[in-house]
Amino acid sequence: MAARTVLHQADITRALTRISHEILEANSGASDLVLLGIPTRGVLLADRIGAIIGALEPGFGTAGERVGALDVTMYRDDLGRQPTRTPSPTRVPATGIDGATVVLVDDVLYSGRTIRAALDALGDLGRPRAVRLAVLVDRGHRELPIRADFVGKNLPSSVHERINVRLAETDGDDLVEIS
Amino acid sequence: MRHMLSTRDLDRDAAVGILDIAEDMADVATRAVPKLPTLRGKTVANLFFEDSTRTRLSFEAAAKRLSADVITFSAKGSSVSKGESLKDTAQTIAAMGIDAVVLRHGASGAASVLANSGWIDAAVVNAGDGTHEHPTQALLDAYSIRKRLHGTASRGRDLDGIRVTIVGDILHSRVARSNVTLLTTLGAHVTLVAPATLLPVGVRSWPVAVTHDLDAAIASGADAIMMLRVQSERMNAAYFPSEREYARQWGLDDVRFGRLGPDTMVLHPGPMNRGFEISAAAADSARSVVLDQVTNGVSIRMAVLYLVLAGAMEAKS
Repeated sequence: MAARTVLHQADITRALTRISHEILEANSGASDLVLLGIPTRGVLLADRIGAIIGALEPGFGTAGERVGALDVTMYRDDLGRQPTRTPSPTRVPATGIDGATVVLVDDVLYSGRTIRAALDALGDLGRPRAVRLAVLVDRGHRELPIRADFVGKNLPSSVHERINVRLAETDGDDLVEIS
Repeated sequence: MRHMLSTRDLDRDAAVGILDIAEDMADVATRAVPKLPTLRGKTVANLFFEDSTRTRLSFEAAAKRLSADVITFSAKGSSVSKGESLKDTAQTIAAMGIDAVVLRHGASGAASVLANSGWIDAAVVNAGDGTHEHPTQALLDAYSIRKRLHGTASRGRDLDGIRVTIVGDILHSRVARSNVTLLTTLGAHVTLVAPATLLPVGVRSWPVAVTHDLDAAIASGADAIMMLRVQSERMNAAYFPSEREYARQWGLDDVRFGRLGPDTMVLHPGPMNRGFEISAAAADSARSVVLDQVTNGVSIRMAVLYLVLAGAMEAKS
């Protein structure tokens, strides 16, 4: 099946800007807010959301002080079913996550198993006051009782379809397509 | 990766990949809960037919940090002293249901035999076989050198152009063999310094420079100097006239230590014979990475156990 573009660059930017505002609204500002992206593209999205929030709320910092990465490879439940995965670095902001409101950021929410692994990983890092979830695309087909708090676009899809997220930092351009 | 038997099996990218995973594993140690659930339900058997402190404890700590269960076996006080063979011992332990064997054995090639014989299905990690190889030690040495040189910017880098001098009992040293292969693969230049009697036959065909003069080697400079233990337990002949003469000629004493470059790091795989191949001042100085090597060993072994155990079983060859 031919690929169909569902989000262009401007759509992605608008969605991330809206998500940033929603995060600030739900958290009543940027205090104690920490963004953790899930590798690989979640990290890039967390950086972008962090930059937008930094521009809106001076207290958040513009240099990504409160933005990090959370690798979930070691916590996955499907490690024994696939070839060995290469883990990515986990970066936690110097302030730590104890007592913070942590927003997990990922590109596509699908079965929910990655987020389950992320919640386990988070528990080993500290005890956040609250954990929220922001995703660029929610494609449905959850296998666990997990939902996103902030969604760029709901994209009802068939399990046979593929959602492909491309971001300028790694792929040259910003695009979400379904094929 | 199905087994970890030899540094020869690693190309540059594979080696850098293991060092990078070890970086991630090292970060785990700094967390509130320094443990990962990755190998839950897997059992690792440590089969140690030779004495060891740090390697056995290091593998045990690594397996436990990854939530694997560990069975430890040491030949002393076991049925090996009643004459049980490697095959029978391995099969006995395999019959208890294990996923990986960490093997230390006095015979060169023992790990390879165990991996390729078909006696057991488990993954095999070589923790030292005779005078042949000790791959995880070489990996942790490379990691320690890289970490000391590049700090937090270590990820993805090799050791291109780094000069490493290895001094001492090359003949009996599996650490030296594994290091020569791995450090060369990573782009480092290796110089071996040893008395002629403690150099193996065929060393001229290795990709290294060889000298008998430690003072000259120190004068020509190095980024890292690795002192090896003189393995008296493997020596069945007189390889040098006396310990004092060896220490005088090939030991890193205080005078030689003072002549090292200001950034030259000192490595030793342990256990150290202080006052013999290395002086206490050199071993305890800020330039010594001996204790870093022990810490890093756990991270490296976590990375290796992860690579041989976590993925889907690859087709058996």
